[in-house]
Amino acid sequence: MLAIAVPAAGVVLAMALGGRQAERIALAAASAGLCIALAIAANIWQSRTPIAYHLGGWAPPLGIALRADGLSAIMAVTTAVVICAIGLFARQGFSVPEGAQEARAPMVFWTLLMGVWAGLNAVWFGADLFTLYVALELLTFGAVPLVSLDGRAETLAAALRYLLFALLGSAMYLLGVALFYGAYGTLDIALLSGLVRAEPVVWVAVALMTAGLIAKTALFPLHLWLPPAHAGAPAAASALLSALVVKGSFVLIVRIWFDTIPSLLNQAAAQMLAALGAAAIVFGSVLALRQERLKLLIAYSTIAQIGYLFFLFPLASAPLRVASGTTELWTGVAWTGGVLQLVSHAVAKAAMFMAAGLIAEALGHDRIAGLGGIARVLPMTVFAFGLGGMSLMGLPPSGGFVAKAMLLMAAVAEGQWWWSVVILAGGLLAAGYVFRVLTPALAATDAPLTLRTPVSSGRQGVVLALAICALLLGLVPLRPSLLLEVGRHIPTTVIAR
Amino acid sequence: MTAAMVLDVGLALLVVAVAVWIVAAGSAFAAVVGFVSFGLLLALAWARLAAVDVALTEAAIGSGVTGALLMTAASRLRPTESRSAGERPGAFLHVVAAVLAVLVSAGLAALVLIPASPAPSLAPAAAVHLPELDVLNPVTAVLMAYRAVDTLLEKIVLLLALIGVWSLAPDRFWGGAPGLWPRSRPDGELTLLARLLPPIGIVVGIYILWVGAIAPGGAFQGGAILAAMWLLIMIAGLRPVPEIHRQWLRLVLVVGPAVFLTVGFAGFFLPNGFLSYPAQFTKPLIIVIEVVLTLSIAAILGLLVAGPPERERQR
Repeated sequence: MLAIAVPAAGVVLAMALGGRQAERIALAAASAGLCIALAIAANIWQSRTPIAYHLGGWAPPLGIALRADGLSAIMAVTTAVVICAIGLFARQGFSVPEGAQEARAPMVFWTLLMGVWAGLNAVWFGADLFTLYVALELLTFGAVPLVSLDGRAETLAAALRYLLFALLGSAMYLLGVALFYGAYGTLDIALLSGLVRAEPVVWVAVALMTAGLIAKTALFPLHLWLPPAHAGAPAAASALLSALVVKGSFVLIVRIWFDTIPSLLNQAAAQMLAALGAAAIVFGSVLALRQERLKLLIAYSTIAQIGYLFFLFPLASAPLRVASGTTELWTGVAWTGGVLQLVSHAVAKAAMFMAAGLIAEALGHDRIAGLGGIARVLPMTVFAFGLGGMSLMGLPPSGGFVAKAMLLMAAVAEGQWWWSVVILAGGLLAAGYVFRVLTPALAATDAPLTLRTPVSSGRQGVVLALAICALLLGLVPLRPSLLLEVGRHIPTTVIAR
Repeated sequence: MTAAMVLDVGLALLVVAVAVWIVAAGSAFAAVVGFVSFGLLLALAWARLAAVDVALTEAAIGSGVTGALLMTAASRLRPTESRSAGERPGAFLHVVAAVLAVLVSAGLAALVLIPASPAPSLAPAAAVHLPELDVLNPVTAVLMAYRAVDTLLEKIVLLLALIGVWSLAPDRFWGGAPGLWPRSRPDGELTLLARLLPPIGIVVGIYILWVGAIAPGGAFQGGAILAAMWLLIMIAGLRPVPEIHRQWLRLVLVVGPAVFLTVGFAGFFLPNGFLSYPAQFTKPLIIVIEVVLTLSIAAILGLLVAGPPERERQR
């Protein structure tokens, strides 16, 4: 509970005290939040059982439970690490100018940063479909104003478009929640999983909720809002939106499919989701290759990388055909691979957006054609961008490599080879767009580059540290992670049999 | 056919008719007027279904606050409305949207009309614990005890929404006052209304808050009525719109969620943990939280309608 309450209290305090205090409160909340997330993860790692917390002592179905399993623990730690890095990175861009008591952008940024964080933690730990709806609302209302933080007309238009997509998604999700309550009289995920039957109301509810959440996750073909929104936001906000916010709605889809209706998981629908994911990989990557601007390129790459996540649905559920006895192993591999893709993309993408932000600040523009020789002046930043890019391509050693290798292995072992073709092609395309940036950046130029503003090595260091985290994720062994198996539905039922 | 049934069928037809009228309305302003009456009719429909809490909320939020917001937007758009007339979607898009809407409605109607027998419900379970909470309105028990965390987080959502609205202001106006300019002459009818209504409205708002413990009502509905009264006074120009940097204003905005959170944290010292209430103080604590929440909700809703700051901060 503390994980949600601390950032929420941060919002309230920052609003009350305002001015310079907002930044201090956010950074204090960030360090406290990191400790809490690590404590929860350590507890689950040791006990190997999920933790449940009944709020106010009211047990479901009447009350609300929070539940921490392996997935929530990993996501909470990732969130805390990325938010701490964003907080440190943003100290320079979002500080109150001398002589003023309070300024617009810093006040909005720091309060919304904590608001988004509270929403994310509520998504990771929520075990009640309506609490998860409230969490989605926190995410929406925290994320949308961040897009238009700089107040230009085109970012306002992007924010408005994002808002419309997000609200439509929320409304569809809420409709599904209402249908679930009407049919079964409870919203608790664990209780629902025991009650659901294969009947029309469940299919309609799940279809509505999935469609709504897909719009929020920006899965192809509902991705249209993402590129202008993520590219138009300030770098620190883009990192938050691209690395974490879209993952919130994705994890909700996972919660619905794998936790709420595990017994009804439909292989045909799972194949369809993965097909959309495959289309996202191809479209996102090809469009990323054609971008002129660095931030737009990174935004389109987010669409492609989100596509990989959806391979989780066919690969981690019941396989089509597989040698008996190894089912459990391969779905477990796919599950770990999918979650690792979630984590490594979060870390790598945050690092890349912030690196792009530093480059744009230094040059005054982010046209890819004008990046010539930037690696000479900002070596750490370009290095960080390259490390993040390695993870996107899936080169060893990086988190992206392990994630994609595991998905690939599971796809081949489960006889769904067609997905492995897309995974490999996606890696090649990613290499294409990453090198489109790196080649001019590393090129030797005759004329020395003049920087508009000097870039502090501290901020470069934060970005590099995050990129190295993405690299270190490559040391995760290529097998189902024990931590991630905690509280996962399918294997526990399989073992019980 | 009984008289009640005639009333219900008439109400249902009227709701649909007003909805059609909104879609067909020529100007945004006319559509907003239709929307407000649509909300009031819906509130009547909820009341007929014995969901008085929903009816109150629909009237206050769905029709009142949202209506005020749309009204402001429509009056601001008026100068550009004739220019954008050519950009209206074509007939094809209209047909597609209509077909989709009909399909969705038909699907939902089919699902709702297939009876789940008996329809599962938590209502009996919610009623069982009312005596120990010393609260007679089950809706209040759900909002303040069983699902208190949802209520708490929704208040944070409201704060985020307000910050989002404020964030649309130009940098130089940050800290200044929202642009709700007084729109009436000092001797006009609006001013008269703004002098007559608030004393009654404030009493009604407080009554609705207070009665929430035993009958339909509570912080949100009471807060919305108070917000409406405050807005009326500000629009009539009887009191200025406060500048958003004011310390007292910020405190009013956060006092509700802050007290709620503090009580929540205090629960860690009790056996049941976060957001639990000590047995003998349950009722007083719920009332205190509801009172401060009402204050914050009234302030937040009022400022949401007032919009982003549009004047420079006074020194």
